[in-house]
Order: sequence, then structure tokens, then C-alpha cells
Amino acid sequence: MITWTFSPTSDVVIPREIIHIPAEALHESISTQLASGSRLALACAIDDYDSIRLVYVFANPCTNRRTEIEVSLTEHDAKIGSLAALSFPASRFEREFHDLFGIKILNHPLPRRLVRHGHWPASWYPMRHDSGNPIFLKGNLEFPFIPVKGPGIYEIPVGPIHAGLIEPGHFRFYAVGETIIKLKIRLWYLHKGLEKLFEGNDVFYGLTLSEKISGDTSVGHSLAYALAVEEALGITVDEDIAMARAMLLELERLYNHVSDIGSLANDVGFSLANAQALVLREKLLRINEQITGHRLLRGAISIGGVHTLRQINRDEMAQIINTFSEIYSMINENAIVRERFTGTATLRKDDAILLDVLGPTARASGISSDARIGNPFINLPFQTAAQTAGDVMARFQIRANEFENSAQLLQANGQVFGITASSSSSKNAHCKSPTSARGIGIVEGWRGTITTRVEIDSSNRLSRVKIVDPSWFNWPAIPIAMSETIVPDFPLANKSFNLSYSGNDL
Amino acid sequence: MTIISLCAQIVFILTGSPLVVGLMSWIKNRIEGRRSADVLQPWRETRKLFSKQVLYPQTAGGFFRFAPLALFASTLSASAMIPLVSIELPFSSTFDLFWVVGFFLLGSVFLALGALDSGTVFGGMGASREMMIVALLEPSILMSVYALSIRAHSSNIFAIVRATILHPGQIASPASALSFAALVIVVIAESGRLPVDNPNTHLELTMIHEAMTLEYSGYPLALIKWASAIRLVLLLGLISNLFLPEGLFDSTNLVLLGVSVLITGAKVTLLASILALAEVHMAKLRLFRVPELLGGSFVLGLLSVTASLYLPPILK
Repeated sequence: MITWTFSPTSDVVIPREIIHIPAEALHESISTQLASGSRLALACAIDDYDSIRLVYVFANPCTNRRTEIEVSLTEHDAKIGSLAALSFPASRFEREFHDLFGIKILNHPLPRRLVRHGHWPASWYPMRHDSGNPIFLKGNLEFPFIPVKGPGIYEIPVGPIHAGLIEPGHFRFYAVGETIIKLKIRLWYLHKGLEKLFEGNDVFYGLTLSEKISGDTSVGHSLAYALAVEEALGITVDEDIAMARAMLLELERLYNHVSDIGSLANDVGFSLANAQALVLREKLLRINEQITGHRLLRGAISIGGVHTLRQINRDEMAQIINTFSEIYSMINENAIVRERFTGTATLRKDDAILLDVLGPTARASGISSDARIGNPFINLPFQTAAQTAGDVMARFQIRANEFENSAQLLQANGQVFGITASSSSSKNAHCKSPTSARGIGIVEGWRGTITTRVEIDSSNRLSRVKIVDPSWFNWPAIPIAMSETIVPDFPLANKSFNLSYSGNDL
Repeated sequence: MTIISLCAQIVFILTGSPLVVGLMSWIKNRIEGRRSADVLQPWRETRKLFSKQVLYPQTAGGFFRFAPLALFASTLSASAMIPLVSIELPFSSTFDLFWVVGFFLLGSVFLALGALDSGTVFGGMGASREMMIVALLEPSILMSVYALSIRAHSSNIFAIVRATILHPGQIASPASALSFAALVIVVIAESGRLPVDNPNTHLELTMIHEAMTLEYSGYPLALIKWASAIRLVLLLGLISNLFLPEGLFDSTNLVLLGVSVLITGAKVTLLASILALAEVHMAKLRLFRVPELLGGSFVLGLLSVTASLYLPPILK
């Protein structure tokens, strides 16, 4: 076991530890971590040529401690016993291990393919170093679903191509009348080989790549990546840089939450409120452009620094808060809208805990998950919104509440922008370890907690980058929340989660 | 002369109905703060669809091809049976209210059969929802117009309108008010507008009317859209002339006919604008609340019948 501490800024201390264990001890070690209140934030496999290494990253929301549990497996016969009984997210990471690395998972309760697309040739594992260029299979490949049978049950296949600007996903409903008996969501049409694209490149290239993981979360993902690289290279940033970064995250939250709120209204046919929300979103995008030079905030985060062009003044934020509260009351005071939102697609707290959901979805179901408080890179008095009902209404209220909190934070701290600064320690930073340096970045993006882990080799190249978008944790919650919901309410329910397809399928 | 009136009425409905739809979306768009296409846009779209290639799904059968024609024909037939621009049309004494409702129902059934015949899941889903709504809707139309027919001692719509013109004071009765309320709900549901159905959505799973038309293209799609515009105008015209028949004349000369056309046009435009204004502030009901709304409409119709038997008009 190796322990040390790292300070991303002067007033935050992150305890770190790495525990090497043999494969047999994995089960016990993971259950110890889970029992201590830590959550499994990330799990990744690394192909070290002669062996395969599994790393499970745990983040403790009370102490901010980040623990890596490492297991080495032999390269030619990599196999591991399933941890599905301990943790549902672990079971999904295991399926990813199998599909991308060819690691055998023993006793897995659901050994079906996850990431693996039907067109991939058998025994092609893209994340292995010797995977090569495959010859993809052609034609209409099998697309089997477990059939749901019974009197009056019918099947509604939707997607993967949808009307409107929506990412691809296949939804298969089994319904009796209008009530959904079972919903199966099949994603994974967007595999871009993103994690592989990082490998062998320098850390600056990785930053531009990380901004494009999910187009609406460029600050969230690039900041998580930058924090991970900074930890690996031992870069500490000044207080004002950390502050400007925290405020950029809030800026990203604003424009995304307001468009979600508008879309929720639009999905119940209340297009007047959506039109107003879109106007406000446009105003925010123009502010984004003035502050960072990019409407979606790209280019604002750099390794060890931040790049902003102008301050936010109190008046323009006050105006935005006023406009928002008008839109909010317009939606919140409409009787039909309230009726549609209330009690629709309820995610119960116990289910939410078992699935380990994150972000607004978790906070709407009564879980206080917020990395800004639990795993911060800067200590600020953040307010966390809380609801308990777990329905569409709760998720709507969480977003509205967070919009107000973020806007107030920006109103109070808008003067931190207008700086282009870079930490002095980042000038000649390089990997100090003879083999490789590693770092973990945790950030509360607008969808929830983003975790990124990087490894940098001794020639300052990225050797492995693993990204976990909150959508990875939250997608399995939708079918659970949809039971007992009626078919025409699905678009509304889906929008209330608003998960990323691209961030989920790297 | 009655033949000329009928021709005028048909032309009025055919040309005016897309304009009414265009006007409603123009009003909605302007209130939402958008730049809007002008009221001629539905006409441009109709022209476009007529010049496009027609595609049929491989799974579709004969009903799918036949349904748009049947829907358009039945809707057009119904439009000859309603006093819109004159209280005297060629068959005005033959057809009564039940014919009109019957023709509407015929169109709905054909469209639903066509949707089922498309062999796609959305068609079937839309058809089953539409049938649920239609089944609850028709009794409500019958009830509310029946209440009006008690006063006129006839179920013939022309006779009802003529009786109202002769005794305008009789319309100010509790029965009329209840029947009006019931009919407004019917108009909204029958024409597939908010809060029952959202004609502007792209979300297939929430659709009712639109789900049935998803597989159509080219001129059959144009006919379906046109037929639903006609249905909207017919219902708005019917409701305005049942309760406010002023400005309707019998077919004696062309000047009076022209005046009638203008006045009915104004009434329909006004009602459509009010509907669009109300729609802006409306959201779509949960599907399982729609039966409650339609049930409410039926109860209003029933109360209206009861009231017309026991409560006299306020003005004699």
C-alpha cells in the first residue's frame, strides 16, 4: 500500500492511496472500500503488454480520499470473478472489461455484451495493444431481445434513428395497452474509440480531445482531465485559477439546465415556455462566447491554467435570474404541466442507491451526491438542491433550484473571470516517476460526477486515459423508473434524465 | 340558386381551411416570439406534397392506399350538410345531425384502418388511441346538439339554425350554455389540438392523430392534412352558426350569399384565433386524463338536454 497526499490548490488536501492486491483478495478489498462509505467512481483495465492491470478507483465523499485498488492478471488468460453481488456499477464495468479487453468474467449474472457492437468480429478486443484493424462484419446481423410474452403484450421498437436532433439509441417497449411492462434500452451506437485516441499523444492534445467527449459538457470533461493530469505531474494551481474554473462549471450548468427546463415544458406541449427558455439559453451562450471565445465554453481550461476574456457584471446576471424566475413560474404554475410532471417515472431512493446514480437524478431521489462538496478541488460554500419524490417534477425542481444557485454564485463571483493565467509549476512539469505517473480528476458536471483517470509515461505521453461520464451510471435507472409508466409519458421521462449517449459510449 | 350556394360553400371550405390552420400557427408562433411563415404556408405545403412522389411501405395493403381518399371524400360530404354560408342548401331537408356525425366517424374509421394497415407499430398505436377518443367523443356531440334540437323540434341542423334566427332570444338559455361548453371540448378533441393532442410534436410515442399519418407521403398526406383542416373549419363554423346564426341568409341572391360568406369567414377566423390564443397557454393532458375531459363533455351535454326540458330560456 502506498499513501500520499496531493493539493490541487493551497487549501485543499486530497489523501491518496494505492493498494496492490492479488486477484483472490479483490472481493474482500472492494467490500471493505464500499463499507467505508466510498463509492466506486471508476474501474479501468490497462494493457501493460505482458500483463493486464485492473484499477478500481474509490472516492470517499466524507474525507475526499481517493483509493486505487490494483490487480494484475496474466495477459493470455485474463479472468476474474464477478463482483456483481457487491456493486451493480462494478458489474457493468466488468462487462466493459470483457468487451474491450477480452477479460473473462466468471459467474457474471448478466454475461451479455455491453459496449460490443454486433458488427465487431469475434475475439476482436479494441483496447488490447495488439488489436489491429479488424474486418467488420456486414449485413443485417442478429439483434436478439429477450421476448416478453403474454396475452395483449405488444412490442414498440423505437430508434436508433429518431425524429429531431437526438443521439442514436434503440428503445424497445413491451406494453399492455399503454402501460409499459418492460423497457430495454440498447445504446452503444457511438463507439468512437476515444480512450484509444488519447494513447501515445501528449497531454495538450488530450485536453482538446476531452472537450469533445460530450459536446454539452466541455468544461466538465476538460476540467476533470486537466485535474487528473495536474495530479499526475504534480502541478498545483493558484486560488484564482481554481475559482475561475469552478465558475466556468457553473456557467456550463446554467445553459444546460435552462434548455432542459424548456425541453421538459416542450415535451408536454407547452411550447411557449420552451421558446422563452431558448431565448435565455441563447443569451447565456453569447455570454459564454464573450467570456471564453466559444459558445460551448471550449478552450477555457488549460493544463495548470484557465483562459477567460472578461468579467461577468452583477447586472447582467441579475437580469438572467429575473428572466429565469419568470420562465420557472410560468411552467411551475401551469396546472396541466404540474399534473404531467407529478408522479411520472418515479425512481425510488432504494433503487437509486443500488444503481449508484449521480447528479440531479440522484438529488431528486433523496441522495445527497455532489462532488463539489464530497470530492472538491476548491472549498466553496456550495448549496446542494434536494428533493425526495424521485419523479419528473423532482428532477425539474432540482434543475430550477440549481440554476438559481449557480446564477447567484456567478453573480457574487463574476469578477474572477477576465484572467488568463497559468500555474508557475506547470511550465516544466513532466513525469517524475521512472515508469509512469497517475492522476485522478473528479468534477461535478451539470449531469453529475465526472471521473477521469490518466496515466502518463516517462516520456510525457498519455499511456491510458479512462473517462466515466455520469450517464454511464444513470442510464440503467431509466428502465427502472419507467415501470408502471404509460408509453406516451416516456419522452418526458427520458428528457427529465437527459443523459448523454456520446459520453456514455466512448 | 341553392346549387350556387352549395358550390360557394364548398369552395369557401376548400380554400379557407388551410388558411385557418396557417392563421392559428401564425398566432402561436408570434406569441412565442418567433418569426412565422405567413398564413399561406399550409397552401404552399399542400402544393409541394401534390408534386412529390408517393411512397408506400412494403407492409401496407389496400386500405392504406384507400384511406386518405375515403377520409377526404367523407369530410367533403359532411361539409355539404352544414349551414355555413346559407341556411338553404340542396339537401338541407334530407340530412340531419346524425349524417354529419356519421360522415365524420366514417373518415376517422377509414384513417384508423389505413394506419393499422400500414403494418407499423406507430400506426396501430395511433389508431387505438384515436378510436378511444372517437368512441367517447361522438356521444358527446350527439347529446349537445340534441339539446339544441329539442327547442327546434327537429334534429335537422338547418331547422335548428332557422329556429334560432326566428327566435334569437331562445339561445340565451342554460341549455345552450351547457351545450356550447360541451361542443367546445368536442371541437378541440375532434380537431386534434391541445390539450388533447399536440399537432406540432415530433415525439412519435406521444402522438395520436399524427401517429396515424407517419407513413404517408405525397398527395395522400396532403389529402389527410387538408381533410383535418376542413374538419376544423366545419366544426368552428357549426359551433358559430348554431349559437350565433346572425348574418346567415337563405339562398335568394348573390349579394346576400356574398355577405354570408364574409360574415361566416369572420366568425370562423375569430373562433380560430381565440382557440390559438388559448392553446398557447395550454399543455397537453396525460393520455389517461383525456377520457375524463371527454366524459366531462358528455356530462355537460347530458345536463344540457335535461336543462332544455326543464329550464326555460332567460329571454323570450
